[in-house]
Amino acid sequence: MKIGIVCPYSWDVPGGVQFHIRDLAEHLIRLGHDVSVLAPADDETPLPPYVVSAGRAVPVPYNGSVARLNFGFLSAARVRRWLNEGTFDVIHIHEPTSPSLGLLTCWAAQGPIVATFHTSNPRSRAMIAAYPILQPALEKISARIAVSEYARRTLVEHLGGDAVVIPNGVDVDFFAGAEPKAEWQGGTLGFIGRIDEPRKGLPVLMKALPAILAARPETRLLVAGRGDEEEAVASLPREMRPRVEFLGMVSDEDKARLLRSVDVYVAPNTGGESFGIILVEALSAGAPVLASDLDAFAQVLDQGAAGDLFANEDADALASAAIRLLGDPERRAGLRERGSAHVRRFDWTTVGADILGVYETVTEGAASVDTDERTGLRARFGLARD
Amino acid sequence: MIEILIWTVVALFAIGLYLSWTAGRLDRLHARIDAARAALDAQLLRRASVTQELATSGVLDPAASIVLYEAAHAARQAEEDQREVAESELSTALRAVFGEVAQVEAVKEFPGGEDAARELAAAVRRVPMARRFHNDAVRAARALRRHRTVRLFRLAGHAPFPLAFEMDDAPPVALADRPGS
Repeated sequence: MKIGIVCPYSWDVPGGVQFHIRDLAEHLIRLGHDVSVLAPADDETPLPPYVVSAGRAVPVPYNGSVARLNFGFLSAARVRRWLNEGTFDVIHIHEPTSPSLGLLTCWAAQGPIVATFHTSNPRSRAMIAAYPILQPALEKISARIAVSEYARRTLVEHLGGDAVVIPNGVDVDFFAGAEPKAEWQGGTLGFIGRIDEPRKGLPVLMKALPAILAARPETRLLVAGRGDEEEAVASLPREMRPRVEFLGMVSDEDKARLLRSVDVYVAPNTGGESFGIILVEALSAGAPVLASDLDAFAQVLDQGAAGDLFANEDADALASAAIRLLGDPERRAGLRERGSAHVRRFDWTTVGADILGVYETVTEGAASVDTDERTGLRARFGLARD
Repeated sequence: MIEILIWTVVALFAIGLYLSWTAGRLDRLHARIDAARAALDAQLLRRASVTQELATSGVLDPAASIVLYEAAHAARQAEEDQREVAESELSTALRAVFGEVAQVEAVKEFPGGEDAARELAAAVRRVPMARRFHNDAVRAARALRRHRTVRLFRLAGHAPFPLAFEMDDAPPVALADRPGS
């Protein structure tokens, strides 16, 4: 099958959507499909052979932060050229509602279009205003995928219609087979994520840490991720600060080894998560998981069966749950075992088969993807003969 | 005077352009519904055929075979207005037979059973997908057709008002161990 995938965000900036697309493309290529990814990228960035650059993304303020987006005449022309040269059986657009390549492709293409909705932002004013503009483009999508039941609900609320739920994929065996590192073992808590992004929840964990250290003084917290380390520990009493180790940005291999090594992986995120891929990675590595009870997290953790949940933003609840887990090796072993079994459904073999199932459902009997040549005026008034 | 005339012509032209664009949009939606319906039909047929194959292959006990055969046969032969009910009954029958993992394992042990189980799992997984895509297209077309302009100018022409396909398509637990649906 000839598959075209559209990535809305810069290929050179690491992010969840980009990683998902990279893994999906590589998985499909391994299965023998012909895949081309259209993504914004700087001209200097080295790209894998399957990625086609759609030009540099422009940073603009959007939705409360600065997003790097592609739009305008030149990008639209590149999208059309890619569609023309690719002659795809199906195109798969990610984040079609963000004003970037996804929306442009939706606008320019016709034929079987599959779209994945990753975020579950609350309905924004811009979305309401843009609804009449978005709707005609979104109407062309033949199949919608939401990454979680939660994302699907928001999608139904905001745009109407329906979607199938296919979770994000993870290479389970990569994490399950990683070598634990001795220096990261022995009473360790793990945290992975941006330090200076409050929604990732490190401040909540820092608030809970004194109580955890009071009960179990030998505990260490390992933090992997970008951000200001001084500021992160500022709220902590000075004598407790050495119990926190910052590892900085880690490679994929080290991330897997870290998850294999820690006694408890803590995900104190306070919001803005529509899936929680990091939890799936932690489960794959067999780490007992303690996470805030966000909708998306509760779903990944099977409502608490595959990992412990605590009340969101409640540092005391986090502390007592962590102390209980650290002091109960049997409970941890149980979680490891249930988590490893539960996580198989997120493996690329399962997720990839589902996504291919969607492709096959929409391409059955349909013509291949083409650029949408606007109907000429003569044809509109029934004057053209074809 | 001539100015008013020109402006009227321009306005009429703009309105005409908008109407024609909307009609094009509606046409595309109708085409999408047709494609989605064809895909849904294909998936439903596939599911019924795999079920019938399993029922007649002798890998299941006689009681289960008869239940499945009956349901699959009824689903394939159903009249258009009975189709949703018949397909829902096939879903119920499949859930009743493949409610337990042990039954699926038993099928897999027969020669060729592995393939049959995989095909059935794919079929029960794809029916809900195809149905969601179909109903999603139907919803979009209905939303547009309810629009004042579309009704006033009869842009939908003679196309029948699109109907959603409503059925119980929950897959058997043992065959679809996946979150969501």
